[in-house]
Amino acid sequence: MRRNVRLLVHQVRAQNRFFWRVPVGAFFTLILPILMLVLFVALFGNDLDFDGPAGASVSAAQFYTPALAVFAVGSATYTNIAINLSTRREDGILRRVRGTPLPPWIYMAGAILSSVWIALVSAAIMVTLGVIAYDVNIELAKVPAMIVTFAVGSATFATLGVALAGVARSASSASALANATILPMAFISNIFIDLGADPPRWLRVTADVLPLKYFGVAFSEAMNPWSDAPAFVPDRLGVMALWLVVGALIARWRFRWDPIPGSTGCSARRGRRSAS
Amino acid sequence: MTAAIEVRDLVKTYGDTRAVDGLSFSVEEGEVFAILGPNGAGKSTTVEILEGHRPRTGGDVTVLGVDPGSAGSGFRDRLGIVLQSAGIDRELTVREVLEYYRTAYSRPRDVNELIELVELGEKADDRVGTLSGGQQRRVDLALGLVGDPDLIFLDEPTTGFDPAARRRSWDLIRNLTSLGRTIVLTTHYLDEAETLADRVAVLAGGRIVAEGTPSALRESLGEGTRISFELPAVDEPLNALLDPLRGTSRGRDRRIEITTDAPTADLAHITAWATSRGIELAGLQVTSTELEDVYLDLVGEDA
Repeated sequence: MRRNVRLLVHQVRAQNRFFWRVPVGAFFTLILPILMLVLFVALFGNDLDFDGPAGASVSAAQFYTPALAVFAVGSATYTNIAINLSTRREDGILRRVRGTPLPPWIYMAGAILSSVWIALVSAAIMVTLGVIAYDVNIELAKVPAMIVTFAVGSATFATLGVALAGVARSASSASALANATILPMAFISNIFIDLGADPPRWLRVTADVLPLKYFGVAFSEAMNPWSDAPAFVPDRLGVMALWLVVGALIARWRFRWDPIPGSTGCSARRGRRSAS
Repeated sequence: MTAAIEVRDLVKTYGDTRAVDGLSFSVEEGEVFAILGPNGAGKSTTVEILEGHRPRTGGDVTVLGVDPGSAGSGFRDRLGIVLQSAGIDRELTVREVLEYYRTAYSRPRDVNELIELVELGEKADDRVGTLSGGQQRRVDLALGLVGDPDLIFLDEPTTGFDPAARRRSWDLIRNLTSLGRTIVLTTHYLDEAETLADRVAVLAGGRIVAEGTPSALRESLGEGTRISFELPAVDEPLNALLDPLRGTSRGRDRRIEITTDAPTADLAHITAWATSRGIELAGLQVTSTELEDVYLDLVGEDA
């Protein structure tokens, strides 16, 4: 048990180091969402033009800070894990790991926890920037709701990332699939734009089925100046947890450690890396 | 001596294909055992089953006293696997990679010692992605040894190497054998098996077609002398030339090749036949057969 804990800690730290070693990946994960916050607030002004979760009007920064924090968590977990695991599988690194005495679940837990840690850093920077630069509301009584929402959301999207790595045959298809799912999902889930009270029905239904909207709503609610503490929204968290279970089942069913025959790079393992 | 590996009637099928078709062999502790064969002979499948990477269809397999099909991390703790198809985290330095993997083992080797052993001292703090192919293979080898394994699997350790790099790797592997570790080596190079292995099993079509020490293989497979010359332009059938020979003859690329245990007598007959007809035999050669020829005959490939 103590040995496993030690191995897990070592894994998380090592995987963290992998992350920082690829500056392009670190930029996309950490800086891009922050850049978007700055741009959106500059573009839309910071007046009370946006629909808050409870139907009240909020400022652009109040709308975008939690929304983009959620998006940053999504790309730090879902996108990163899907791309990293499938790249490492394609390069035969996962096969090497399987040949060592390291228990596979520790490797997997290390990959998940390190991306959750990066998601936490990313969300913390976003919220801090919002509070300091744009006077975004944050209340101590609602911090537990923020933390729980973050925990459920990051766990869900990390698990979905593993599931996507299980479904994708190659690293490049994992990268394409990750972006092709999370970006449209962000557009219809009140992350990049405020859809207002009456979006087209098919868009609303689609967003209602997918997990990102609930993550955004729950996190916005925990930061919304008009909501009542403790601002927990259990039903939204419940839908996310359902997706967590779905993701875990798909991951368990489809995830493979060995390179998939016919995928690019499986024989020519060196000299190639897809941008994350 | 006890057996490090015991394999009986091993079978692996994929659909209707029998990739491994009833293999039986054993490897003693401290022995260097080579599995030699062309691509697709079933070498990799066999080794992957021994490593516990792949389930088998039938037969009994014992590796280090356990069944690799159900063995856990205690088994892999004693194993060193150097796979051709296993990648390395390119963004880490050589030293970091070794530090990273060594924590998984219960009796890890010293990183500096390993770096010395594979002669990567000057590259220790360079990222793996910047190393040449040969240097990366040496990192592979170091990673295979990082857990101080009792049994080492080397999967085609010098495929794609230039001749100088091959020699260096061979020296390195011979170094390992002097440490008394058991080594299982797959290769499709005959000279590699001959140089490194105590015992060789030749695999073709999922079966062992020959097994023994390199020198025993030579003998049992009828090593002899080869006499060859260009097909003479004569108007008569060649029976008078070929029928009295003690060795076996065959035509190949407009040449006649005779493999024989009695080269003096056969050569005397051939030259007598030719001089009596006033023919000069073009391209007449007398050579000793190489293990290479024996091997190519065995696996059914023409050079």
